[in-house]
Amino acid sequence: MYEHDVLIIGGGLAGLRAAVEVTRAGVDVAVISKVHPVRSHSNAAQGGINAPLTDRGDKWEGHAYDTIKGSDFLADQDAVEVMSSEAGEAVLELERMGVIFSRGDDGKLGTRAFGGQKVARTFFIGAITGSAILHVLFEQSLKLGLNVYEEWFVTKLIIEDGVCRGVVAIDLKTGEMHTIKAKAVIMAAGGAGRVFEPSTNALICTGDGLSLAYRAGVPLMDMEMIQYHPTTLARTGILMSEAARGEGAYLLNASGERFMEKTAPDYMELASRDVVSRAEQTEIDEGRGIDGNVLLDLRHLGREFIEQRLGYLQEVSVEFLGIDMAEQPVPVQPGMHYIMGGIKTDVNGATNVPGLYAAGECANVSVHGANRLGANSLLDTVVFGRRSGAHAVEYIKGISGHSKVEKDLTAEKTRLQALLDRPKGERVATIRDDMARGMTKGIGVFRDQTSMEGALANLANVKSRIGGFSIENKGKVFNTDLMFGLELEFMVDCAEAVVAGALTRKESRGAHFRTDITERDDENWLKHTLVYKDETQEHGNRVETSDVKITQWEPVKRVY
Amino acid sequence: MLVKLKIKRFDPADSGGKTWWQEYDIDVHPDSTVLDSLIQIREQEDGTLAMRCACRASICGSCGMRVNGSAKLVCKTRMVDVAPNGEQLTIEPMGNQHVIRDLVVSLDTFFSQIKRVEPFLKPSFVPEQGEYIASNKSMENLLTSMNCIMCGCCVSDCTVLEVDANFIGPAALAKAWRFTEDPRDSERDERLKALNDEDGGMWDCTRCMKCVEVCPKGVAPMDRIMELREAAIAAGNTNTSGYRHTESFYNSVKKNGRLDETRLALDSAGWTNIPRLLDLAPIGIAAMRKGKLPPLMPHKSDEHKNVKYLYESVEGES
Repeated sequence: MYEHDVLIIGGGLAGLRAAVEVTRAGVDVAVISKVHPVRSHSNAAQGGINAPLTDRGDKWEGHAYDTIKGSDFLADQDAVEVMSSEAGEAVLELERMGVIFSRGDDGKLGTRAFGGQKVARTFFIGAITGSAILHVLFEQSLKLGLNVYEEWFVTKLIIEDGVCRGVVAIDLKTGEMHTIKAKAVIMAAGGAGRVFEPSTNALICTGDGLSLAYRAGVPLMDMEMIQYHPTTLARTGILMSEAARGEGAYLLNASGERFMEKTAPDYMELASRDVVSRAEQTEIDEGRGIDGNVLLDLRHLGREFIEQRLGYLQEVSVEFLGIDMAEQPVPVQPGMHYIMGGIKTDVNGATNVPGLYAAGECANVSVHGANRLGANSLLDTVVFGRRSGAHAVEYIKGISGHSKVEKDLTAEKTRLQALLDRPKGERVATIRDDMARGMTKGIGVFRDQTSMEGALANLANVKSRIGGFSIENKGKVFNTDLMFGLELEFMVDCAEAVVAGALTRKESRGAHFRTDITERDDENWLKHTLVYKDETQEHGNRVETSDVKITQWEPVKRVY
Repeated sequence: MLVKLKIKRFDPADSGGKTWWQEYDIDVHPDSTVLDSLIQIREQEDGTLAMRCACRASICGSCGMRVNGSAKLVCKTRMVDVAPNGEQLTIEPMGNQHVIRDLVVSLDTFFSQIKRVEPFLKPSFVPEQGEYIASNKSMENLLTSMNCIMCGCCVSDCTVLEVDANFIGPAALAKAWRFTEDPRDSERDERLKALNDEDGGMWDCTRCMKCVEVCPKGVAPMDRIMELREAAIAAGNTNTSGYRHTESFYNSVKKNGRLDETRLALDSAGWTNIPRLLDLAPIGIAAMRKGKLPPLMPHKSDEHKNVKYLYESVEGES
């Protein structure tokens, strides 16, 4: 039996930042994660973290507006105001904890340019910014003596009388299942990229947190907003940071033209990600690509600059494709990268279930709307990780004691045993691949009614087979085979919400670009889609909508 | 392309807890990495195979394991590079670490070593607003160590840890270097002294280079350890067998053109350190019985003048 005042699911940036906040308040806290914290996918963020620093002439309103414009006016402006106004202090605090950042000649933090913004306000170190921050937050967790359940996999949230009271989880190293009671739970379990194939995301990004909250009655918001990153490495799908273009790289088609001139003459390669990805896909679809790719050209930046400022990109390019970026352009294509949608929260990370908070990629506050700006994801994690931690500390003051109930543990043990006892059936990976390829095909850079209905039909097929997969490994210790089965069930929930959101939104906005309805429709669709799990409905869910919060920026046509 | 993998398996639930080898012949894409091949086995051939992996892009540090006896991050190891002619690969869990199942090892030892160096910034003050002021050069210098992804490959193949479990290890020392070199840290001298004095500290490295060879991220832990030693000596930490060993080595080669092994042992122990000298006695007696005792009075190399000249020219340069 384990008990904590606050339990945080996930040990990436959002989770660790929340944990630091709760620890500082002197409240008992633990982190539970299916991987060791330093393996978290926050590592993969390369280019940097945005912050408007007012002491060097930047204005937070400028960052807020760029973010809102980037979101195609779907972001809630009150939430963006919170993020932008707290950004400077959030980043400076990371530096004071020990994060190494690139600096200017004056010894202060230096910046690079990033997409969708005219002001260079992205703080960075090489192309390993996420890793550098994650490792320092891990250092802080050691300093604070943070309690971490490493390689524990959460299978269910415990909800009693509509209130979140803890989790049921498996300790992967022993295979034993346990209840961990908590007065508040913060979901910081990351994204759901593996719902798509290919994806830049780590194999661990299986939407566990989104699904756990969805099953607990929390709506998933704007799930149709899937970010395709403009530069993923040919064949491998590995992310090539936007920092390359921020530092001046060109995108070229087969004829060597900088094709962004046609769609974004002002911002060129640094237009927002949805715009650049569509421009690339158009080049490829209209026969001006090279084997399904366009070219990312860094040659004019020079070897020394590339190796110093973009070392990790050079490492990846040489090691995975054998291409020296100082000598040759590297082939890239749009690739599924980030999910703007997620667990609906308020600006304090609170959900509609008391005691359940969410922060980071699994959450939707919403600050990214229909398209996230590069380097806003790291910012989102630390700002709203901190806020959800702070708010959870206040919330638990009103909670007298822990839950007395044990029925969830028994039910979960029975459910998992039944999975292990299934007769030999399909392999989990086969069903997963069919789901993920169907999602990419139907909910791609471009989509229309037919493609989305295709994704729905494909998903119905997947759902009909999911009861028939079998687990080959019957053992207890480190049974990842069982975990992959449970992850597949989580991913199917996420896929369902993505398709439901996509079919609902009858317009094109940001990443949701429909070739059959190409215009944005503010009259009818300046709205969020909210998908609730509802087994009484045909597709297992119902979709509601809510108005976007506008504070000071009226929507205008987005031009880059 | 057809590839052959021979994987060391271990299931703690199996009677006796014995390991066994299992062979898999599979057809993979020519661009495949070793990790791609292992995932293909796990997903299509044998769901019981346990291993860790996550990012597939050499940044999360999950997939360290031994390929043909040497620790590698398998996500960045291409099949064509390690088996160009379809040779069978042997895959084993990392060394110097307790195996949990198949290719999954416990990293408890690894992280307890990291914790020993108090791996967090200890500044003398925190700016009330803004950031610490530091040169870009000093921050980029730290990248050498911040590139470490804690995969454990260096610890796996460390030849000292094989025989001395108390050694703090290459990863932890590279991590310590990250703080002794950070201009924002105020406890540089205390850190150097602790790592210098500590049993299992910086002087236990034997400079075998293995960690430099296997590190997939260019951290070169041994180079960091050598820099720690130089910094520790410069900060006045000279009363250690490690320092005396270095000094004796230097002096005897400079003087004789060859190593005076007897003197090296005695110098390292310290001439007034009676208990340590008594420890050496049985080794000396055993060596004498086998005719392996080095001469008590060193012979000078015929070339000792040239060696001395080399010393002088190198030192003149620096």
